Amino acid sequence: MEALSPTMEEGRVAKWHKREGDTVKAGDTLAEIETDKAVMDLVARADGVLRQVAVAEGQTVPVGSVVAVIAAPGETVGATAASAPPPAPVPSGSGMRDTGYGMRDAGSVVPAPTDVTRVKASPLAKRMAREAGVDLKLVTGSGPGGRVVKRDLEGTAQGAPTPVAAVADTHPASRIPHPASPRISHPAVSGVPFEDIPLTQIRKTIAKRLVTSLGPIPHFFLTSEVDMERAAEAREALNKQLGDRGKVSFNDIVIKATALALIKHRACNAWFQEDHIRYWNEVHIGMAVAVEDGLITPVIRNADVKSLAEIGWEAKELADKARSRRLQPSEYTGATFSVSNLGMFDIDQFTAVINPPEAGIIAVGSIVQKPVVLDGQVTGRRRMRLTMSCDHRVIDGATGAAFLQTLKQMLENPLAMLL
Amino acid sequence: MATLTYRDALNQALREEMQRDPNVFLMGEEVGVYQGAYKVSRGLLEEFGPKRIVDTPIAELGFAGIGVGAAMAGLRPVIEFMTWNFAVLALDQIVNSAAKILYESGGQVPIPIVFRGPNGAALQLAAQHSQAWESWLSHIPGLKVVAPATPADAKGLLKSAIRDDSPVIVLEGEMLYNIKGEVPEGEHIVPIGRAEVKRPGNDVTLICHSKTVTVALKAAEQLAEHEGVSAEVLDLRSLRPLDEATIVESVSRTNRAVVVEEGWPQCGIGAHVVDVIQREAFDRLDAPVLRVTQADVPMPYNKQLERLAKPSPERVVAAARRVLYLD
Repeated sequence: MEALSPTMEEGRVAKWHKREGDTVKAGDTLAEIETDKAVMDLVARADGVLRQVAVAEGQTVPVGSVVAVIAAPGETVGATAASAPPPAPVPSGSGMRDTGYGMRDAGSVVPAPTDVTRVKASPLAKRMAREAGVDLKLVTGSGPGGRVVKRDLEGTAQGAPTPVAAVADTHPASRIPHPASPRISHPAVSGVPFEDIPLTQIRKTIAKRLVTSLGPIPHFFLTSEVDMERAAEAREALNKQLGDRGKVSFNDIVIKATALALIKHRACNAWFQEDHIRYWNEVHIGMAVAVEDGLITPVIRNADVKSLAEIGWEAKELADKARSRRLQPSEYTGATFSVSNLGMFDIDQFTAVINPPEAGIIAVGSIVQKPVVLDGQVTGRRRMRLTMSCDHRVIDGATGAAFLQTLKQMLENPLAMLL
Repeated sequence: MATLTYRDALNQALREEMQRDPNVFLMGEEVGVYQGAYKVSRGLLEEFGPKRIVDTPIAELGFAGIGVGAAMAGLRPVIEFMTWNFAVLALDQIVNSAAKILYESGGQVPIPIVFRGPNGAALQLAAQHSQAWESWLSHIPGLKVVAPATPADAKGLLKSAIRDDSPVIVLEGEMLYNIKGEVPEGEHIVPIGRAEVKRPGNDVTLICHSKTVTVALKAAEQLAEHEGVSAEVLDLRSLRPLDEATIVESVSRTNRAVVVEEGWPQCGIGAHVVDVIQREAFDRLDAPVLRVTQADVPMPYNKQLERLAKPSPERVVAAARRVLYLD
């Protein structure tokens, strides 16, 4: 049983696609596996004959268990296969590589199974970390595959671990994105997807104190009521234009506006990461989708540069996939900020729970006709409440408020999105 | 100190040991009248006469066996093989007689014999005559195996080998006989079982022996010049017994190692050295230990292919860069 998602611990065989005795080729789908997140294909990693199916449909087994045995034609399979240790990973590609001294070795290029929790470090680095009291999980490895090696730990014996920043700068604080920056920059163009800025002492203290005050993530909430009249008009016009090529929903507009507002307020487009804050230059919006027995947040990547129509199509496709539990891990991980919408349930406003390590989430309420005073006259307008949950370790009150204000302005005047 | 060639250093060791002990004699193909295929025995027939410098027919198994018998009878024979490629014919006497008799006689019959000759590839001698035999020979309990890289070590180790009461294999090299170096006169003894740092360094240990010492020294020079890397060159000198303590001390200091040898990769000397390192210096290692060996093929006769098949300074530098994470 392969780990088919980063958090998968066991898998249920939903359906076998191959039967005992079938010839299989590497890459063929052997079975459908229900993981904690989705139904995934389990593919053959080698050519041969499916000699033994060890797990019946509907059965759940832990990751690492033998689910089937693929043997060479004519090869006999031991009776103990079902209880044998997990089979050695099979080399991808040809498996042949020059090991440096001319001997061809089929086993040396086997990619290790992905285990995100394992820290890779050279034996020396482990010893150095132990002696210096450094947590290797906090050290960025510069060796192959992120292996922590001697040079990554040099100097730690004398002081604190050296946080590794993507860009060298002696004054980390000077690089924190400033919300009041008048110019919109598009740092993503530089090709660097993010920038790690070490926590300053004050940031560390804020983090520590706030965590002790409220849950593991110190939430605070900001609510703003948005006039959606013009957004509604724009949406109607756009949908007329699109005709049968799709529909733009209010949620799509909120996602697009959120993405654009995040570009202007990078301080909110960030991950809290123990000893540093990762400020993202790219904007990937997680979109909470209710599914039968829970919820999942598929991700609209680079939502800031996608058109409303593109976001509309993608959101629909992802939501459909989520409901049928067909999302791939790459489709539900890596969001930099999220949007959750309960408007369709006539919820006026609510507070959404932050999806760590993201630092914020926008909760979208329903659009309601309300009497409001406009130019001294009471008039009926379509209004919507947005509530932003902020991780106080990353976002301070004024920072979040400035972002929400930009978002409100964009929604109230959709043309501003073109600016 | 006199500057001598490797062949003259061996010649000096033989002469001194034959003067010192009348039981020592030299036997092999062309060692007498022709003064040795590589002139290691120059002048010895004249000085010691045909009773102690014995020319043999081309019959390696036969004269190796006569040597073992002579050793059983109390003499100290030195058997010269024209090359170790020919000594394969004598392996039964070396492995089954010389290496076993002390054990099988319950410690009563020591075999103080030396088997010596050039080992490994020279230039374009083709597949059958370009083989490195040290991993075969050092596999055998009951044998000692030395592989000197310099004239001084050649003299000192051959003298130790002749005085040793066990069968000792001395691996020389066609390409080594002409190299020159300072050699201490008279009683210069290099103990069997001691490696030597030929060039001190801090960043990576290049472990080598025999001809690959030159390869490693060139690689260390290039690493210093182009990479600013300080490589330590550790010459094993003795392959059995192996100086594990010196290997472990060096690698514990540099945290990285590359093992260079003329033999093939599978079950090579380097494989055993890597075993020592992973066992005794595991948590001193910052990178997997890499090996540079002859390519895993019979030695090509073609000059360019032969050059590519042999360990070279360039391949050692490339391996060192990898263990230093410079790639």
